[in-house]
Amino acid sequence: MISLRELRVSYGEREILHGINFDVVRGETLVILGGSGSGKSTLLRTLVGLERPSSGEIWLKGKNLAAMSAMELDEIRKRIGMSFQGGALFGSMTVGENVALPLQEHTKLEDSTIEIILRLKLDQVGLAGFEDYMPSQLSGGMKKRAAVARALAMDPEILFFDEPSAGLDPIIAAGVDQLILDLKKAFHMTIVVVTHELASAFLIADRMVLIDKGYVVDIGTTEEMRSSTQPRVRQFLDRIAEPAVSQELDYLQMLTEDHHQAKR
Amino acid sequence: MDLAAQIGESVTGGLAYFGALASLGTRAGYFAFVGPFRGKPLRLQRAISQAMQVGVRALPILSLITFFIGLILALQSAYELRKFGALTYVASAVAISMSRELGPLITAIVVIGRSGSAFAAEIGTMKVTEEIDALETMAIDPVHFLVTPKFLAMIVMLPCLTIWANAMGILGGSLFGVTQAGFVFTGYIRASVDALFLRDIVTGLIKSVMFGITITAVGCHEGLSTGAGAEQVGRSTTRAVVASIFLVVLVDLVFTALFFFIGAR
Repeated sequence: MISLRELRVSYGEREILHGINFDVVRGETLVILGGSGSGKSTLLRTLVGLERPSSGEIWLKGKNLAAMSAMELDEIRKRIGMSFQGGALFGSMTVGENVALPLQEHTKLEDSTIEIILRLKLDQVGLAGFEDYMPSQLSGGMKKRAAVARALAMDPEILFFDEPSAGLDPIIAAGVDQLILDLKKAFHMTIVVVTHELASAFLIADRMVLIDKGYVVDIGTTEEMRSSTQPRVRQFLDRIAEPAVSQELDYLQMLTEDHHQAKR
Repeated sequence: MDLAAQIGESVTGGLAYFGALASLGTRAGYFAFVGPFRGKPLRLQRAISQAMQVGVRALPILSLITFFIGLILALQSAYELRKFGALTYVASAVAISMSRELGPLITAIVVIGRSGSAFAAEIGTMKVTEEIDALETMAIDPVHFLVTPKFLAMIVMLPCLTIWANAMGILGGSLFGVTQAGFVFTGYIRASVDALFLRDIVTGLIKSVMFGITITAVGCHEGLSTGAGAEQVGRSTTRAVVASIFLVVLVDLVFTALFFFIGAR
């Protein structure tokens, strides 16, 4: 479904991802794990075309995303759904209008049909009857659900989640996890989730990728991950803190680098 | 050497800023005037609600300000005219300076304060909360969706507001004219209308259209280039207001000079 080949992404002169390779298989749920600053969010943003790779290839449904014109990219984007960390619902529109927006923009459906679809989508995420609420009136978990409903509006083939359980209490977070599982079961959708929540990752994933400092550390099924002997994987899964100063030279370099950046 | 480098950097920075504004304006213009013929329908509903926000809601404060400005103009010009016993020229002085210069300029300043800043804050907040990213992943162009309606609203509403501002300024001047310069109200209005040529009003309106384009381009550009974090929204808003005021004055100078030399022939 998706293939990444030697994917590199830079912000300015700083390279964030240093040659990422992995595949996402149709119908699976792949969890991209990684700590803060590991590059996992950048990876997700690149997969949906928000960041342009500096080199490498992203094959999505047989087309290379990295070498695509804006028009082609938009065609691809109509067939993917993305749920952002904070929901990213449009504050000036009701929940219903948010969900209806992609349908109004990209289809020629009658308003009454759109109305039915949006009720259906809201019902799927457990928000039936909330279409006239404003996003500011919803709780954090409900916002995420509404965002999922909006991502589902165009019946996407691939669904992307950025930190689905960030900032939610355990019960609500479990609810969002359950929602992802339900979607997987009901539609056999290909789902890519970026998270650092281990519990939820092991619950929803078919396979996992661990990203660290812009490299793929390990990839495998949940069982393979659990039994991995890779030191970095173990450190992440067993939640061992980073040693304070790893190497004096690195530390020195980090300090001077920051200095250069501050000057610019 | 360092100084030269700094000057060079500021100049290229300034040019790049102009370039960014021009490119944003062109894209918005494309979606407004070419897009509808290529299957990208115009968002009239959004443009109308923007026009309501930018134009109609600005009327009370704009009326008040321009009324006072008209009155001030009358007082200031009377101060000088009185020496020549030419108080009756107050009407034409107010009418001409309002419609050629102050009407468009004061309107632009009020609109910058109300709407230019609001554009930057609205789009900046949407940028921070990933709403702009969400639009893009839904294959909706943020310029088409957010910026074009604002451009349309501003291009239509700013000239309308300017005409209103001119009228209110003349009305403000009439308060002085009637109470101090011995005019009757209808006489004052007639004197104002007689003093004005169509050219005076049209040049003011052309300027106001240019101001509208400038204010929208700056406000939206600042909003779209907002970095991460809430404090950046504040910074964008401030920058939008400062840059808009500067650029409006610059555009004013260019067009006033242009009209001066065209008119001189």
